Amino acid sequence: MKKHIVISIKSLVKRYPIGNNFFTALKDINLTLNTGEFTGLVGPSGSGKTTLLNVIGGLDSASEGTVSVLDHSLNNTSHNERALLRRKHMGFIFQSYNLLPVYSVYENVELPLILNKVSPLDRQKKVNQAIEWVGLSDKRDSRPNTLSGGQCQRTAIARAIVHQPDLVLADEPTANLDAENSHHIMKILTKLNKEISTSFVFATHDEKIMGYLKRIIHLEDGMINKDEKIKKSK
Amino acid sequence: MIKFLAKGLIRDKTRSLFPTIIITTTVAIVIFALGFMRGMLNSVFLDTAVIIAGYQKVVTKAYKEEIQMLPLDLALLDVEDRISDLKRNYPNYFWSPRINFGGLIDIPNDNKETRSQSPVMAIGIDFFSNDSRQTELWELNKIIIDGNHPKSSNEILISSKLAKKLEVSTGQEATFIGSTMDNAFTTYNFNISGVFNLNKGQTDKQMILLDISGAQEALDMQGAATEILGFTHDLFYNDNSAIEIRSNFNRTNNDSSDIYSPIMIALRDTNQMGTMVDFSNAALAVIGGIFLVIVMIVLWNMGLMNGLRRYGEIGLRLAMGESKGQVYRSMITEAIIIGLTGTVLGTGLGISITYYFQENGISYAEALEEMALTDMIMPNTFYSKVTPDLFYVGLLPGLVATVLGTMLAGLAIYRREMAQLFKELET
Repeated sequence: MKKHIVISIKSLVKRYPIGNNFFTALKDINLTLNTGEFTGLVGPSGSGKTTLLNVIGGLDSASEGTVSVLDHSLNNTSHNERALLRRKHMGFIFQSYNLLPVYSVYENVELPLILNKVSPLDRQKKVNQAIEWVGLSDKRDSRPNTLSGGQCQRTAIARAIVHQPDLVLADEPTANLDAENSHHIMKILTKLNKEISTSFVFATHDEKIMGYLKRIIHLEDGMINKDEKIKKSK
Repeated sequence: MIKFLAKGLIRDKTRSLFPTIIITTTVAIVIFALGFMRGMLNSVFLDTAVIIAGYQKVVTKAYKEEIQMLPLDLALLDVEDRISDLKRNYPNYFWSPRINFGGLIDIPNDNKETRSQSPVMAIGIDFFSNDSRQTELWELNKIIIDGNHPKSSNEILISSKLAKKLEVSTGQEATFIGSTMDNAFTTYNFNISGVFNLNKGQTDKQMILLDISGAQEALDMQGAATEILGFTHDLFYNDNSAIEIRSNFNRTNNDSSDIYSPIMIALRDTNQMGTMVDFSNAALAVIGGIFLVIVMIVLWNMGLMNGLRRYGEIGLRLAMGESKGQVYRSMITEAIIIGLTGTVLGTGLGISITYYFQENGISYAEALEEMALTDMIMPNTFYSKVTPDLFYVGLLPGLVATVLGTMLAGLAIYRREMAQLFKELET
């Protein structure tokens, strides 16, 4: 597979105002991620994982430095352009699933396709396929409140990948799950990473999922202190 | 997307059903409260108008100066012609002649000698004309507690208080003793067809009612009347319109040399009614305004809370690539749909309730009777009133306030960092 740069970050600094002062959440981050990478941003609470994920997703802006995602510089783009980039090319997975409670599994997964104005026929095909990928075909009409935590997160994964984005950002996707469900989820994500060549970036401090990652970027106090590529033995 | 959002809106009762119920209820209460307050004040005006003043009253200039003396010799002549002119020039009103007169009523015993006697205040009203609405205005069906409506010119209704004082009842004879229009002594025998009770305290303690034809015969006033009273067809007193008509009439009939020329007196010109009308209008505006503002704050707050409650959903939709404008517009659209639905339902409900009490009223008759209030004319039944503004006043709290609240809540989409919305999403 030809390697394309998916994320390119140079000298990123992110500061938040606190009263009259500023808190620096990210300091001099330099990072490049290529197509198909399965990367974890790992570190303790407050190390800047989620902030970095938000900056990559265009949900937060850099105070200094440059951030380029999928060949789009996020420094010079408007909210609407960033929204379009997310809609077309990104998927999000959250710690607490964030499914819309009044919609069924099918409808929750369908939402990104509706936003992308995919025709109803194509939508149906793609949603069914995504639900099948995560093994929830028998739950397609169920509402989130009738699902287990694992099933909810699988629905959220289906929603994140249904439009086959180039990049999926996952913020602590297994934090609310038990070990069995965590492994199940990570197996699904690994499989999807292989099958649809989507790049994944995880913010996590969950030891259980470290073994699935191909690259681990260690963050501490807002800085990268280690960037290791994991060689998997077959 | 619209279909998708509509589906969510219908399913999520906290976003659709409950706000709609709250808006419907609130708008209905606003409309009924305004309609009832307005109707209640109009009930006071109408009662005063029916018994004393009309919404407009035409008398001679000389009669106006001596009105407390009830001077029959200063009455209007050629009344039918005058009424025809009034009908033609002021078609929004209906006009009815009346003779107010005083005298003595004498109840004879079997030997035709005086058994009892009392001063009376008599009102000759046009009950018998085909197009007369006086039976309806006086609510004869309600106020007659014994006997029947007068059916001929020599039949009278006597108030229950006077009947008790004179110890008479239905079917007995009563002799009126007084002066004619030409100041000649007159006696006239009437039959008591019924006994009435206005349920307005002491207002009717010396009152007899009869058809104007009987008064004209007794007082030798053929073709004459002391007053011509005018009422709007819907019986709703509009002070501005009344002033305009009165001014117009008096400008047209301004003959300062003729003391018998007609002059129009609006309800507000009668005794202290002007102050009462102004006070009522001001009170209605202030109370109605305060009430409306309170209700608007409630619904504005509801819109605000509904918006705040959805920050999580908003954050999610933004993350998935909806633009801020799209999310904001969809929230406003939802608020408009809910607000409009609640307003329409609330207006329908509020108008229905108001209309019911416009037709049936709320009776205070017993309470008022027990209070035995002075001479002040207070209605014993309060009616609400459906007026045109009630059809759109609900839009203020129901639609405008709800949408404003949502708009304010939705501003966070623009003002907050998107990541902040996500923190709220996670909680």
